[in-house]
Amino acid sequence: MSYIAILITYVFITNFILVKFMGLCPFIGVSKNSESAIGMGLAVTFVAGTASVVCWCVYYGLLVPLKLEYLKTIAFILVIAALVQLVEMVIRKISPALYKALGIYLPLITTNCAVLGIAIINVENQYNLLESFTAGVSAGLGFTMAIILMSNIRERLELKPVRKYFQGVPIAFISAGIMALSFMAFDNSLLTNLNLA
Amino acid sequence: MSAHIKELTKGIFRENPTFIIMLGMCPTLAVTTQVINALSMGAGVLFVLFFSNVMISLLKNVIPDCVRIPCYVVIIASFVTVVEMIFHAFVPSVYNALGVYLPLIVVNCIILGRAEAFANKNSVLDSALDAIGMGTGFTLALTLIALIREASGNGTVTLLGIGDWNGVINIPIFSKWPVKVMSLAAGALLLMGYLKAFFIWKSSVSVKKEVKP
Repeated sequence: MSYIAILITYVFITNFILVKFMGLCPFIGVSKNSESAIGMGLAVTFVAGTASVVCWCVYYGLLVPLKLEYLKTIAFILVIAALVQLVEMVIRKISPALYKALGIYLPLITTNCAVLGIAIINVENQYNLLESFTAGVSAGLGFTMAIILMSNIRERLELKPVRKYFQGVPIAFISAGIMALSFMAFDNSLLTNLNLA
Repeated sequence: MSAHIKELTKGIFRENPTFIIMLGMCPTLAVTTQVINALSMGAGVLFVLFFSNVMISLLKNVIPDCVRIPCYVVIIASFVTVVEMIFHAFVPSVYNALGVYLPLIVVNCIILGRAEAFANKNSVLDSALDAIGMGTGFTLALTLIALIREASGNGTVTLLGIGDWNGVINIPIFSKWPVKVMSLAAGALLLMGYLKAFFIWKSSVSVKKEVKP
C-alpha cells in the first residue's frame, strides 16, 4: 500500500470518527467551538503520530522477540499514557504558546480510543515503521477534519431554533449522522479509480 | 439493604451509562450491527468492570493518590487481556467480529470513570454491585441499539448459533425491504441522536411527576 493510499484511507474512507466511531467522546464533548476543536484535533494528530512510531518500536523491538504479543494491549496503553505525559512536559518547556493551546487537551488523549486504536490497527495490518507513522498522522488528520466540520455545524446550530428535547447532544449526533451519510460517498472504489489499490 | 439494591439498579435506568451519562460511545455504535456482537461486548465490559471495580476497591488504601490513574489503567488492561484470551479461545467468530474494539475496552470511559468516581471511595460490596448494575445497563443499551439496527437494517436478529440452528431469526417485512442505512455507520449516529432525545424527554417527564405531588 502506498503512502498516499494510506492517507486517503484513514482520512476519507475509514474516517476514525464517522466510520469507525473511535474518539467519539471528545468529538461530542469538545466540538462546541471551533477553536477548541482545532486544538483537540492537532493534539490528537500529534500524539497519534508519535504513538504509532513508539508502539511499533515496542511491539517489534520488545514484544515479538520475547514472544509476548498477547501483552500488546497493556504495553500500548502504558506507552501512550507515558508518552502523553512526556509530550506534555516537553511542550511546556519548549513552547509555552503551544502548551497553552494544546495543554488542557493532552491529558484527555490518554483515554481517546483513536490513539490506542491506530496503534493496534497498525500491528494488525503489519505496517512497517514509516507506514505506521503515516497511518497515525492520517488518522489524526481525519479526526481533525471531522471535529472541525462538526464544530462549525454546532456553532451554526446555536443560532437556529431546535426542539427542546433535541438541543445539545441529540442534535449533534443527528448532524454527525448526516455527515457520515455524505462520507459514505468515499469507499474503496476511490482507491481503485486513483490506481492506488 | 435497600441502599445496596439502589447501587445495583441505578446503572440500569436512572444513571444508564450509555443513554444518560453518555460514556463509552465508540463500542456502543461500532459493534451494534449484530445483536450477538452487542451481547458479547456487553458481557466483556461487564466482566472487566466487575473485576476492576472489585480490585480497585480492594486496593484503594494501597495505591498512592498521585499515581492512581496509571495503576487503574494497568489493572483494567490486564482484565481486558484476559477477556481477549477467553473470547479468542471459546468464541472465535465473535472475537473476529469485534476485532479492534475488544482491546479498546481498556479506553472505554465507563470503566475508568466508575473506578475514579465510585470504586476508590466505596466498599468492595458496593463497588461490585455498582459494576454489575452499570455493566448490565450498558449491555441492555447495546442490545436495544443492536436490535433496532439489525432488525430494521438487515431484517434479521443474530444470536449465537447452537447445534443445527444457525442463530439467525428473520423479521418478516424488514428482511424483504431492509432500511439499509440503519446497518451503516450513519444509521448508528442518527439512531443514537433520536434515542438520546427520547431519554431526555423521558427523564424530564419523570422529573415533572416527582415535583407535582
